[in-house]
Amino acid sequence: MTEVFFFALAVFTVAAALLVVLARNIVHSAVALIFSFCGVAGIYVLLDAEFLAAVQVLIYVGGITILLLFAIMLTTRIASGAEVFNEQVGASAVVAVGTTAILIYASLVGIQISGQAPATRETTSTLGRLLLTTHVLPFEVASVLLLAAMVGAIILARREGE
Amino acid sequence: MIPLSYYLTLGALLFGVGMFGALTRRNAIAILMAVELMLNAVNVNFIALSRYLPNSTLDGQVFAIFVITVAAAEAAVGLAIVLGLYRNFKTVNVDEINLMKW
Amino acid sequence: MMEYIWLVPAFPLVGVVINGLFGRSYLRERAHLVAVPAAGLSFLVALLIALEVVAGRTLDLHLYPWIVAGHFQVPIGFLVDPLATVMMLTVTFVGLLIHIYSIGYMHGDPGYPRFFAYLNLFMFSMLILVLANNYLFMFLGWEGVGLCSYLLIGFWYEKKAATDAGNKAFLVNRVGDAGFLLGLFLLWTTCGTLEYGAIFAQTATLQASLTAPAVGGVSLVTWITLLLFIGAMGKSAQLPLYVWLPDAMEGPTPVSALIHAATMVTAGVYMVARSSPLYSLAPPTLELVATIGALTALFAATIACVQTDIKRVIAYSTISQLGYMFLGAGVGAYASGIFHLATHAFFKALLFLGAGAVIHALHGEQDLQRMGGLRRPLKLTAYTFLIGAAANAGVFPLAGFWSKDEILFAAFTTGHYGLWALGLAGAFLTAFYMTRLYCLTFEGPFRGDPAPARHLHDAPPSMALPLLGLALGSVVVGGLLGYPPEHGLVHQFLAPSLAAAPEAAGHASAWLLAGLSLGVAGAGIGAGTLLYLRWRDVPELLAARFQRAYRLLWHQYYVDELYDAIFVDGFLRFCRLFWKVDENVVDGAVNGTADVTMRVSNGSDWNDIKIVDGAVNRIADIIQGCSATWRYVQTGLVQNYLMAMVLGIFLIVSLYMVL
Repeated sequence: MTEVFFFALAVFTVAAALLVVLARNIVHSAVALIFSFCGVAGIYVLLDAEFLAAVQVLIYVGGITILLLFAIMLTTRIASGAEVFNEQVGASAVVAVGTTAILIYASLVGIQISGQAPATRETTSTLGRLLLTTHVLPFEVASVLLLAAMVGAIILARREGE
Repeated sequence: MIPLSYYLTLGALLFGVGMFGALTRRNAIAILMAVELMLNAVNVNFIALSRYLPNSTLDGQVFAIFVITVAAAEAAVGLAIVLGLYRNFKTVNVDEINLMKW
Repeated sequence: MMEYIWLVPAFPLVGVVINGLFGRSYLRERAHLVAVPAAGLSFLVALLIALEVVAGRTLDLHLYPWIVAGHFQVPIGFLVDPLATVMMLTVTFVGLLIHIYSIGYMHGDPGYPRFFAYLNLFMFSMLILVLANNYLFMFLGWEGVGLCSYLLIGFWYEKKAATDAGNKAFLVNRVGDAGFLLGLFLLWTTCGTLEYGAIFAQTATLQASLTAPAVGGVSLVTWITLLLFIGAMGKSAQLPLYVWLPDAMEGPTPVSALIHAATMVTAGVYMVARSSPLYSLAPPTLELVATIGALTALFAATIACVQTDIKRVIAYSTISQLGYMFLGAGVGAYASGIFHLATHAFFKALLFLGAGAVIHALHGEQDLQRMGGLRRPLKLTAYTFLIGAAANAGVFPLAGFWSKDEILFAAFTTGHYGLWALGLAGAFLTAFYMTRLYCLTFEGPFRGDPAPARHLHDAPPSMALPLLGLALGSVVVGGLLGYPPEHGLVHQFLAPSLAAAPEAAGHASAWLLAGLSLGVAGAGIGAGTLLYLRWRDVPELLAARFQRAYRLLWHQYYVDELYDAIFVDGFLRFCRLFWKVDENVVDGAVNGTADVTMRVSNGSDWNDIKIVDGAVNRIADIIQGCSATWRYVQTGLVQNYLMAMVLGIFLIVSLYMVL
């Protein structure tokens, strides 16, 4: 049963991702990105990471994609018939396929782990405890990073002389 | 039960698709989207390995959280840069911006 | 409550941050509203924790791994035990009173917020020093208080003397700290850890290897303790590294009271007591500690007898009293040393603050020869100062009597008769110069400028309150903690954290010795009263008669001049030698070479233009021709560069997978 779910989600996710990359209309790309993110969230659920699934939906779907849509609305003339891809499409396709092949080869052959570790119960509270004990320093650094990003974004997006 | 390699394969596919997008799209915002796809692929790997590795704690998930944090920061700053580009060049197509050309 | 020990240093730290960030621009004359509550809360928490320690609890708290590098692991951690508690209470209580005192004393100073930020920073560092649970974290506090001392000595940085004194303190302390650091290195390589608990647990098992003769026929533990003691000599102003302390009096008087009398300079004594399990394994070091202590006690006391700067007299008295503490620690009576440290903190802070009140009233006058008769206008100051002076002189039943007497008693019973005699002589001089100081300041006719003397007024409330608090402490602390001698409260309390004192060799009658030292103190006071109250012209005559000795003492044994001659002048002469070498040999060679070079270069000029330039130009032409095609690689397009990067990674990963 889970296999069925997995394959359905995987196909859905990759298909949406392909749509993101290939769509001629940038708004279509953004909407496909939402679906792809939701598919990844489903994959997280299959991996017993419910909290991260929720975070994924909240931040990626609810936050980043909306931000992207704003930027699209502010900048692009939608469906402006112009060329979507640059001149290095062919070479890029070869490199991307090659990289993917190598990665798949590595994950099929290079990593031999059979069987799952027992699932951790109460992932959310465990995560919270980890964040505030073992990983408290990176956690604080991340908060500083977010602050810096916020200030940076404001300064960059501000018009001169405002 | 789904073997670990399936998840890793899914991650690899997503990564490849994202990489293709980042390499080929002209629109800067589309490139950002492709980068987000690649970051997602990494997260899938992190969480899958944290689930499958014997004796693993939830460290993989913690790292995924940090990746999401960085992705959010990157999106905010990246989009601010895109807006700046648009104001100065009246375009967001990166192949029309070549100030660094020889 | 005890788990919140980190709050004790945290409050002053918060004060530093607030005053450091907003003091100059927002708080200004209100800076004490932050700093004083910070010190007060710190004292309050310390008091609550002390109650738990009295109930018998101790705690070795690991908060966070500070440094982790392989086997070298140092935590940020706190050790709360009786020794740390005594120090913590002394530091926070005296610190709080001096914070309050500074409100009045520093009022109107342009650097008011800066001063309070430094004071808080000092309290933070000092609390880290006494509460740390390992040597490196303690060293952090050790360096921190050194920094604060430097900053506060040079607080009035427009004055050249102040900045010079600050530099001197810093440099002399650096000599000691270098020894301390070497001691830490050796300690780590020997024990593999720097945590007190782990080290002292090992002393039993490692005793054989620690005490076996190692380098130069001296055991490792002796080396360690010697090196650590060098640090203590610097910080606690012992012979021969004491020279910075008298100069440190250039700082504001509350600083002299807090840092250069009550707390920071006692850090060395604390460190020796804290390391007592190690020191007890190293009898040679203990002998040295005791000898240096006794010599310093007498040496500084003789100088104090002739100085005329009110703060300088007290400064030399501090050095002398620190000597007593080291004498106590050196003969194995660590508890008595710490006891003297605590009582000394009270009466010496009191003396400094009293001196500060006098200086404040006289608008900056510090010369004893221009004082006198101040008892009438400055009543409160005079009486509290008298209590402090009597406590310092060792008058029964004030604080100094109990602790100093115990140290002398311990020196006698452990068979150090020579050191005991030195200490006793020092006690006589102590009583003498304290009487002299009091009489010259407060008795007799006023010798200064009569005009401003008419409207002298006594200390304002913010300065009077600390004086009263410290005077009360100087009266009761000694008897309360120290009775009966050798078995008082303080001994029972400190016993768990210190190495056991050696059993008294012969049970000399404690009361007889106490009576003897009381008699000596009485003699000193009598001599002082006679010379400076009754026959006031006699000191002049004595000085004229024994001119050479007087001159020697007046110039503080010419130690500063000696150091100047040996170290500073030596260094300068060394530099001048190199300068001479530089001018004659190096410059001559350079000039000669230049001449030759000019000639050769004229010849080569032609060669250059025709042959070399020609070759270069041809090569450049060739390269330009080649690069015409290659420069198109720099497209300026981000995605081309990204492509190159991805391709490279792809190749590397593929190569890795294939191999």
